[in-house]
Amino acid sequence: MPYRSDIAYVYDGSFDGLLCCVYESYYQKELPLLIFSPDETQETIFPVKEISTNHAFAERVEQSICVSISHEAMRLVRLCYFSSEKGKEIVALNFLRLGFKLGARVTNMLSNDAVSKMISLTRFVSREGMYYKEFIRFSDYNGALVAIIEPKSFVLPLIVQHFCDRYPSEQFLIYDESHKHAIIYQNFKPTIVPLEDLELPEACETEVKYRELWKRFYNTIAIESRINPKLRMNNMPKRYWKHLTEFQD
Amino acid sequence: MSSMDVIDKLTILCDAAKYDVACTSSGVDRSGKPGSLGNAAACGICHSFSADGRCIALLKVLLSNVCAYDCSYCVNRKSNDIQRATFEPHELAELMIQFYRRNYIEGLFLSSAVIRNPDYTCEQMIEVLSLIRNTYKFRGYIHVKAIPGADHRLLTALGLLADRMSINLELPSHDSLKLLAPDKSRDDILKPMGMIKTGIHENRTDLVKYKNTPQFVPAGQSTQMIVGATPETDYQIINLSAALYKKYELKRVFYSAYIPVLEDSNLPAVNSKPQLLREHRLYQADWLLRFYKFDATELLDEQNQNFNLLIDPKCNWALNHYDFFPVEINTASYEVLLRVPGLGVTGVNKIIRARRTGSLDFPDLKKMNIVLKRAQYFITCRGKSMLGIRNDPEAVLRGLLSKQSWELAGSPMEQFSLFDNTLSIEKGELYKCLTGQI
Repeated sequence: MPYRSDIAYVYDGSFDGLLCCVYESYYQKELPLLIFSPDETQETIFPVKEISTNHAFAERVEQSICVSISHEAMRLVRLCYFSSEKGKEIVALNFLRLGFKLGARVTNMLSNDAVSKMISLTRFVSREGMYYKEFIRFSDYNGALVAIIEPKSFVLPLIVQHFCDRYPSEQFLIYDESHKHAIIYQNFKPTIVPLEDLELPEACETEVKYRELWKRFYNTIAIESRINPKLRMNNMPKRYWKHLTEFQD
Repeated sequence: MSSMDVIDKLTILCDAAKYDVACTSSGVDRSGKPGSLGNAAACGICHSFSADGRCIALLKVLLSNVCAYDCSYCVNRKSNDIQRATFEPHELAELMIQFYRRNYIEGLFLSSAVIRNPDYTCEQMIEVLSLIRNTYKFRGYIHVKAIPGADHRLLTALGLLADRMSINLELPSHDSLKLLAPDKSRDDILKPMGMIKTGIHENRTDLVKYKNTPQFVPAGQSTQMIVGATPETDYQIINLSAALYKKYELKRVFYSAYIPVLEDSNLPAVNSKPQLLREHRLYQADWLLRFYKFDATELLDEQNQNFNLLIDPKCNWALNHYDFFPVEINTASYEVLLRVPGLGVTGVNKIIRARRTGSLDFPDLKKMNIVLKRAQYFITCRGKSMLGIRNDPEAVLRGLLSKQSWELAGSPMEQFSLFDNTLSIEKGELYKCLTGQI
């Protein structure tokens, strides 16, 4: 039976919702041209179908991805969901359809269009997650550590484990300004919560002192006869500089 | 002296430490623990990059620059008229911990000038490290410089607190060392290197017996040598490195282009430029030794003692062994693929994975984000070369060099054989154009 493809899906933007789109596509034999969440403005000439989120369906899809494809495929789908790229849902759907057809070897088919799109999209996300283990700076406010980041992807779930392991005895908050969410680590437990706004008090004297010390170190460690702005930019893209202590006046 | 502000001490002692190359934090995996601070990741984590593009992973400082020695290549030599400072152990420990809490750094890189004598210096360093490890319960990364000439019991104590220990070889040959660093002997340097190696081995067998034995430098040891201050050739240097990797089981050898900071009749003039491109080539060759299964004797020999500054060592090897190529992407083994210029370990792994699912052609490689700029001259896909590729060494060389350097070199194939590596490019312009590429 031919698949119907002149259709678009709208879902609630949750991970379960995304898996329900996959479910719908299979059971209704549809290949949507577009999948989007309500906070994205999308114009389409096709009829839009609202996909309601059902946890049980989502769980079934997750199960069958792990069984019929692989855990690696499931990991990629999750990473893909954290991306902020438009059209990521279609990338995930195309990848999964191929995966259900071919099984575990799909993740090795690097030259296939659907797979290579999935790989490059998820590589961007995981690389950004890695960058935010490096380029994140805390300030001490009365014993609690606070950091602000502005990532493109939703990286909080990718870095939470790392910082909990690193600062087990501290209390800290990492605020993702672009997605309005924060990691709050208190009483040895992390939670990721929505947070509309974050007002910070003025930094105390000790905090200012350590910022100055760090800036001094940063500026002293460079060797003048080797100055190489291009190399620095390659290693540390400029969009990360905004919240780095060493670049604050 | 002790009334000096921490910020001034930091400035002096960071400035004095910055010529040390190593800043990696890799080699140990250690998770955090309730009640303690920090962890370590085997892959290493950089936290920033300084204006020279180098990674900043560790708080790299000297404990002191008040040196009892007078090595002529060193800024800290006794006879040099500079500002001196020494950290109090608790000052440095507190500074490092506060930096770490703010995620500025991954840990500490501690070195020191020789205060009074090697043993005393070593004791002071032990005090800093035990404060950090025992009082602050720090589980992150510490790299410490062994002080040549210190008692081996002190070095052992130091090694049990650190993750990596290094001893700078300083200069690539015995003669150069004697000329420029009369207070240090090759023996003083090699003896502790051997001691660290044995220490690591003994400790490993101990660990089997007792689960709670503290680990002795779990991330291994490394060394550094200065390139371009003395007349050693690349051939001598790279053979020395190969021997150090084998004999002393070093994890890394670092090369540092000599930056003229002092006027001395035995040294290059202060206004001469550091040999950055040469340093870059040595690092490339070093990677070929460690990850690409090359042997030092394959890269250079008695007749060709220096790397070609125009092209990287792997390309150079490939052009000299042109009958080894082209290799077939779909059938060549891992080791063979690694020898293709332009293919790195990641690229080769991708090819091996992807070709299990079907045979690959050039467009497939492009889709896999494999850069063919250099590789295209040395490979075939399904028996065919890339369209329009001329497979003779001159055409390949022309393709590999940028248009600018080809012209500046004045068509090198005609004037001199590029395959004798003696090509010396003193033309300033060419040098600049080439360094611009890296």
